[in-house]
Amino acid sequence: MQADWLWGLGGGLMIGSAAALFLLLNGRIMGASGLVGGLIDGSGHSNVMERLAFLTGLIVVPGVMAVLAGGAETGATTAPVILTVGGLLVGLGTRLANGCTSGHGVCGISRLSRRGIVATLIYLGAGMATMWVGRHLLGFL
Amino acid sequence: MRGLSAFLCGGLFGAGLYLSGMTDTTKVQGWLDIFGAWDPTLAFVLGGAILPMALAWAATRGRQPVLGGSFPARPDPAITPHLAIGSALFGAGWALVGLCPGPALASLSYGGWPGLLFAAAMALGMWLAPHVTTRRASPA
Repeated sequence: MQADWLWGLGGGLMIGSAAALFLLLNGRIMGASGLVGGLIDGSGHSNVMERLAFLTGLIVVPGVMAVLAGGAETGATTAPVILTVGGLLVGLGTRLANGCTSGHGVCGISRLSRRGIVATLIYLGAGMATMWVGRHLLGFL
Repeated sequence: MRGLSAFLCGGLFGAGLYLSGMTDTTKVQGWLDIFGAWDPTLAFVLGGAILPMALAWAATRGRQPVLGGSFPARPDPAITPHLAIGSALFGAGWALVGLCPGPALASLSYGGWPGLLFAAAMALGMWLAPHVTTRRASPA
């Protein structure tokens, strides 16, 4: 438990290094919602292979690490309604806002983008408010 | 080359998400639970990620991407209703399940049916987004 912040910092440095390399090598912003969303709505048709290659690495490498570790789990809820509503909100919201934790949070804040900072403050605030209502007021989370 | 580089960057991103605990929904929900048993891990993840990326932005000045093309232009600083409303919806969904798009994909292979259902709903939401905005932007 005490080592959690160290793993967080180390993993965070890896996430930031991935974003840094993707920018310096490919000239692209590493935003997960944008990379996937562009494939889904067709707006990313000019660089489909690059997107697919990135997403393949993103899915396969943690999968291999989970196998090597003898299994892993997300601890996610098993309530289908919460999973569905949560997924819809995350998908719709990140595309409307044109970014998520990686795009606005990591890539936006690091260049002091006003949009990235405001988006991050809003989704953190909305997340904390939802958590308070869902866990402490209504008790379903 | 661009594809190989993209694959490696995606892999490093996924490995970082996995090791940092961001694919553990209880940790993410714990971070958002400031009125309960607050878990500060995510602050270290975000701080750790911003550091190399800030150096990378500084290194783009006067240069071109190694594999060709050009660096993305500075975005329009305007805070639009879409940015605000979209971020609020995203935050609510993030709290409900504890997954954002990156970790949802990173855990796809071992997240079981809940992870697959979440990802499918997320894809549907992403598909819906342009339809919502087009309808609002064009007069009836």
